[in-house]
Amino acid sequence: MKKIRNRTHLEKIRRKLLENRESGKRCITISSGTCGRVSDSQKVVEAIYTAVKNHGVEDKVYIRVTGCHGFCQVAPILVIYPDGIFYQQVTAKDAEDIITETILANRVVDRLLYVDPTTGQKIVYEKDVPFFVKQKRLLLGNNRFVDPTKIEDYIAVGGYKALGKVLFEMNAEEVIEEIKRSGLRGRGGAGFPTGAKWESCNSAKGAIKNVVCNADEGDPGAYMDRSLLEGNPHSIIEGMIIGAYAIGAQQGYIYVRYEYPLAIKNTQLALNQARKYGLLGKNIIGSGFDFDIKVAIGAGAFVCGESTALIASVEGKMGEPRAKYVHTVERGLRNNPTNLNNVKTWANIPLIINYGATWYSKIGTEKSKGTGIFSLVGKINNTGLVEVPMGTPLREIIYDIGGGIPEGKKFKAVETGGPSGGCLPAKLLDLPVDFERLTEVGSMMGSGGMIVMDENTCMVDVALYFLNFLEDETCGKCVPCREGIKRMLEIVTRTTKGLGKEEDLKLLEELAETVKDFSLCGLGKTAPNPVLSTLRYFRDEYEAHVRDKKCPAGVCKNLIEYFILETACTGCGSCLKLCPQQAIKGELKKPHIISSENCIKCGICSDACPVEAIIVR
Amino acid sequence: MADNLSEYSKIDTIMKNHFWEESALISILHEIENLYNYLPDWALRHISEKLNIPMIQVYGVASFYNAFHLKPRGKHLIRVCEGTACHVKGGQRVMEELERKLNVEAGETTEDLNFTLERVNCLGCCALGPIVMVDDNYYGKMSPVKLGPLIMQLKKTRINNK
Amino acid sequence: MMVSITIDGVKVQAEEGSTILEVAKFYGIEIPTLCYHDELTPYGSCRLCTVEVDDGRKTRLVASCLYPVEEGIRVKTHTERLIKGRKMILELLIARCPNSKILQDLASEIGLEQVRFKTENEDCILCGLCVRMCAEQMRSGAIGFVGRGQKREIVTPFRMASEICRNCGACMYICPAVNLKCQGVNSPGELCNSCLIITPQCLEKYGQVMCTQESCGVCIKKEKK
Repeated sequence: MKKIRNRTHLEKIRRKLLENRESGKRCITISSGTCGRVSDSQKVVEAIYTAVKNHGVEDKVYIRVTGCHGFCQVAPILVIYPDGIFYQQVTAKDAEDIITETILANRVVDRLLYVDPTTGQKIVYEKDVPFFVKQKRLLLGNNRFVDPTKIEDYIAVGGYKALGKVLFEMNAEEVIEEIKRSGLRGRGGAGFPTGAKWESCNSAKGAIKNVVCNADEGDPGAYMDRSLLEGNPHSIIEGMIIGAYAIGAQQGYIYVRYEYPLAIKNTQLALNQARKYGLLGKNIIGSGFDFDIKVAIGAGAFVCGESTALIASVEGKMGEPRAKYVHTVERGLRNNPTNLNNVKTWANIPLIINYGATWYSKIGTEKSKGTGIFSLVGKINNTGLVEVPMGTPLREIIYDIGGGIPEGKKFKAVETGGPSGGCLPAKLLDLPVDFERLTEVGSMMGSGGMIVMDENTCMVDVALYFLNFLEDETCGKCVPCREGIKRMLEIVTRTTKGLGKEEDLKLLEELAETVKDFSLCGLGKTAPNPVLSTLRYFRDEYEAHVRDKKCPAGVCKNLIEYFILETACTGCGSCLKLCPQQAIKGELKKPHIISSENCIKCGICSDACPVEAIIVR
Repeated sequence: MADNLSEYSKIDTIMKNHFWEESALISILHEIENLYNYLPDWALRHISEKLNIPMIQVYGVASFYNAFHLKPRGKHLIRVCEGTACHVKGGQRVMEELERKLNVEAGETTEDLNFTLERVNCLGCCALGPIVMVDDNYYGKMSPVKLGPLIMQLKKTRINNK
Repeated sequence: MMVSITIDGVKVQAEEGSTILEVAKFYGIEIPTLCYHDELTPYGSCRLCTVEVDDGRKTRLVASCLYPVEEGIRVKTHTERLIKGRKMILELLIARCPNSKILQDLASEIGLEQVRFKTENEDCILCGLCVRMCAEQMRSGAIGFVGRGQKREIVTPFRMASEICRNCGACMYICPAVNLKCQGVNSPGELCNSCLIITPQCLEKYGQVMCTQESCGVCIKKEKK
């Protein structure tokens, strides 16, 4: 591919690339994002290449290694296009059969098909997989068709078309107007109207302006930004170039957490390729617009997801937030006007330019337009990334798409918004997911993490988890956050140990109020949310811990006991052998007993018991 | 002081590759951490001098971020993901078992300097939680029972390292 | 250029670019502070100076030492919400540094009645005045913030004697927390209350303390040493 001279040249290249793609060959697509690789997807890739070579079918197929397809529960995923034959949990050993059976003999490899757990039916085609049926994968869908290390793939599927339109048909104000009309709101958490942000940055005084992509994704349990950046980095790059044009910025930064090495690698590669082909740098595709992007790497600080802390980190400093009374759009990076947006926000931009604000604004609800991408994780059958129109009810996401709770257990709560969000109980399952609704019920959308919890999750323990996390991650600058979170943690810790007092809950609420009202930055202001939401919806659990010294869910160690059911125990001795404290006694084939004095509640015995004779009470 | 002068030129090369830019401090520290498995005092002083950044600022940045360590770490890094999904699936018990078996607390290094046990922020592989990383290798769906073979392997490594 | 703002119900003129705290001080309205010094850049870490600002669209709580005045804002400096929060902040600080006379004084002034947290025995409240003093006034920068969260502290690089420290003592001079040790405390964590007394009655009636400009003398007996 040659350096792109102008828009016409770009379209010519695109046509040619498309021709090559649709050359009559079938495409074997293998999902190989970070979690795919943990499941040895790279071995599958190697095996497929080998099998293709061994059977000499290079004229019939070509192979595409892509990023995450989103149905992480059944990774590695292999799909054969254009048919759409969907194989899941593929191993290297399956490569041979895939080539001989499906490619050569046009037969489906039965054992690799997805089985619908409710009907028992085997699903052949991707479009029929229940996980995908109710989704609207406007952003993530493209991950299937693009090898992130090949810019040609992105261009072939329509990449940089929006850029061409913007640079040669629209001026900055028109772009801003279009984004405003679309109703797009920031996908980082706060949901600030993107068009308005761009407008403020555009009118801010200053010759040097910056655009920044926040790929810090620190919320534990959220990984959709990683999947987008790993799997389709150009979609973000294109969005940023358009944004820079609209704002008048010359320099862009993509700030990626260092815990995402593959995303960093693929982004740097994509930037290099974009530069090579004239899509970044001076005189972008002959438009006269100069703009380039650098990658900045994080170093392990959740607080750097906050915009002012992130900017400090890009400047090489400690990630300490500052008050946003003067917004970053006016004074940000090196005191210059800076427009910061989340990965998903940038990825939405080419979509809006290509299909128009009117089309976009028809998706979603009145105040929350477009699709939301949620990482559905925890106690859920179908762990993965879910993209649905804003306003989709929680029930649909968790049951229709997520497949419900494993092992027939009962749904208890879903946590949205990470450490800044809250836990929502079963009675709120019909809540439509959008910015306003989630905030109204005491949570927030945040980056889109959705952690599902079942009857065996202790909500006080969940609050403890988040407080521990926040105590670790607070920058420590301001008193309410640093001291307040510490003291809230002390109270909740006491509670989980059965040492909680009646006055504690009132004190906890007072503390929560101060931390919320008086903290300097978003981390502190939202830190009390997990505690407040669990108090709101699960107060009875707190009270059980305080008054009765009991943990109803059977989690808090000091309040539970591991007990062997005499009637169920077969005396096999598996638990006895594994107990690290030698706390189990018993003769072979006779019921065993756990000495509660020595028991450290590690749970190894209960895991090991083949007849489920060990219970927690 | 560094062990020998060639160590300083290694740092210089790193700084040169980042165009001696002050704002590249974090990327520079990453490379030094990768080289020495921690950030030696002498390296931090050298950076402060060459990049003209106040020593207290360099030291502050080195102390602020999880990725950087001011004390030497073990030969092998064992990281347990502390993401919410991993936690809900029993990640805490996995950590406790590792603490017991290695006889260290999270964040510490074993006496023989072979292993450092750490918590790590969410790795984003939630479908496979709880996750344990040993150096660059990921181990998914871990439980205290499943740790058995992994710990055997680690003990073998310990013997090999002697 | 001048802007007009309303502060505690009084309409005043303020210079554009000045902070609410500066304007309040100019008009004699006292807002408690800890990490603020008028000769150093404001930092906004203690949050005691927080005030309520209504900009016509919504009311926010902001640090008055940093918030720049804007035309038409309505500021309230002593509402019930603010006093509750200041009390809690002081409670948290005293639990951390129970022996500081200045903290004890502030606690009395604001009417703090109990410390419900287990006390520690720290010397430093991490206000950063010493850091800014060393960097801005003494132009040295020998000390600074190191670490994050609970491990945050103010030390020299490598915790070793600093080559650039000139032993001027400015850091000790400016420190608000431990300069003077409280003499009245009998047991750790106890609140002293012997220098100042307060029982604001107007708070219940009006929802805010009325005497921000001049003490009415009913409750606050200032006997500062």
